[in-house]
Amino acid sequence: MGMTMTQKILARHAGLDEVHSGQLIQAKLDLVMGNDITSPVAINEFESAGFNEVFDSKKVVMVMDHFTPNKDIKSATQCKQCRVFAKRFGLKNFFDVGEMGIEHALLPEKGLVAPGEAIIGADSHTCTYGAVNAGAAMAAGYTWFKVPAAIRVNVTGKKKNFVSGKDLILYLIGKIGVDGALYKSLEFSGEGLKELTMSDRLTIANMAIEAGAKNGIFPVDDITREFLRERVKREWTAYYPDESAEYESVVELDLNDIDCTVSWPHLPENAKPAAEGKNIKIDQIVIGSCTNGRIDDMKAAAEILKGHHLAEGVRGIIIPATQSVYRECIKLGYVDIFLDAGCIVSTPTCGPCLGGHMGVLAAGERCVSTTNRNFVGRMGHIDSEVYLASPAVAAASGITGFITHPKEVI
Amino acid sequence: MRAHKYGDHVDTDVIIPARYLASQDEKELASHCMEDIDKNFHAKVKTGDIIVAGLNFGCGSSREHAPVAIKASGISCVIAKSFARIFYRNAINIGLAILECPEAAENISDNDEVSINFDTGEIKDLTQNKIYQAEPFPEFIKNMINEGGLMASLKHNLKKGD
Ligand code: SF4
Repeated sequence: MGMTMTQKILARHAGLDEVHSGQLIQAKLDLVMGNDITSPVAINEFESAGFNEVFDSKKVVMVMDHFTPNKDIKSATQCKQCRVFAKRFGLKNFFDVGEMGIEHALLPEKGLVAPGEAIIGADSHTCTYGAVNAGAAMAAGYTWFKVPAAIRVNVTGKKKNFVSGKDLILYLIGKIGVDGALYKSLEFSGEGLKELTMSDRLTIANMAIEAGAKNGIFPVDDITREFLRERVKREWTAYYPDESAEYESVVELDLNDIDCTVSWPHLPENAKPAAEGKNIKIDQIVIGSCTNGRIDDMKAAAEILKGHHLAEGVRGIIIPATQSVYRECIKLGYVDIFLDAGCIVSTPTCGPCLGGHMGVLAAGERCVSTTNRNFVGRMGHIDSEVYLASPAVAAASGITGFITHPKEVI
Repeated sequence: MRAHKYGDHVDTDVIIPARYLASQDEKELASHCMEDIDKNFHAKVKTGDIIVAGLNFGCGSSREHAPVAIKASGISCVIAKSFARIFYRNAINIGLAILECPEAAENISDNDEVSINFDTGEIKDLTQNKIYQAEPFPEFIKNMINEGGLMASLKHNLKKGD
């Protein structure tokens, strides 16, 4: 029986010729990552188990991104614990304020991830098992997996004006639901992929989890190679699915059908065309996060905001995801455009994405945000609302004060 | 070993109600295990017994207390039609044996006498005289469960200089 891309990568890391979905395997890891919230839990596990070595000081990565620069004493204490640990074990990839960026944006940018590699990250929502696993994985460099089955997403057609990877993934989640890919891989394919930039693909893969998926994965093509050329110097292997790979189902996505899309509260699957939000008055826009804080996202926002000002009563919060995106925004003049439009530009941080700091919402407030989750209370008060959108839609909505399709303001 | 049978979607709030989560004590957790759907669970379970359940066992919050409470109750294995993903991971990490076998989960009745061969994955219902086949655990998972879970087994292996 043939294997999917994900199955091939897992088989390679388990030292097996073949794996099938449902099989339990033990796989070597290329990278283990934690952030300022999950690393302390993992460090506690690591220390209480009495380990005194990490498996590879180059392959344990810690990024201080969620509540940094520290918003309170608790977060300061957590970061300090990470800092001490990183120093003690000589971690080569410890990213603190001044050089950090949001983990999922930073790692690809720094070339720390490459095709065919197996990486685990302790994610804030899975910290109970993530912590034990990450604590264990930091010591051992391997962990166990249940090999996932897969859904193939076949992309065809051409992107419409203003449409980006964010619109595609919101549309897809709207179609299959937040548990549409539960525990499975979402494997993308089709001639439509050439329409998707690396930023589009990173956004899409980032939100695969919002459809319940274990991972989202794209085949390597020229666009990928171009992205990797400057960033990854070590050797890597591209894995393509076998002709006979088994998919539980195939979802057809025609780009011609997809227009700018917004997910209404309180689930990412509540996706509707942006044009239906004309009467929804908003108080804030947030442009940033691991989903949409890359330079292409900043560019999309700047192109819309240029020469405009936010509507009265709307706050605009722009957060480049990494230090280098921040610097590019200055060089390319985007920061001036944002400031002229009445926005603020923050140092990289997760901040408002998880209701941490830098833009928490009060009761009754509404925000159009380029982040990835719009659960109850995600960005602040349980009576606040988050509408998920692309940077272009968020920017356009900031200008009018209502959810707006970008074509209305250009 | 005797089977204790439950339905679909047994969630972690039922397995160990949130009001007892402040406790880290396994015995204390075990004494409240399943009490909201089966008041007598703690009293009737004998060491080595198994739980048989339907779909999506262990859904809900990701608390590790749930498999800990089950294991500390003396349950030697949970057989279900399917498990919630985080429960699955937590159970194996803390060393609780779990088997996915829809046929066995459907047909085994409450109080049936059951035996399980973990090497072959064979589940025998001695009361009904029926045999079911689950996928056996690979060697490393078996070792992990025998050694008391992920952390314990890792400590064991890393000390060996693995
Ligand atoms: S930006 Fe949001 S989703 Fe991304 S890592 Fe930070 S908190 Fe998590």
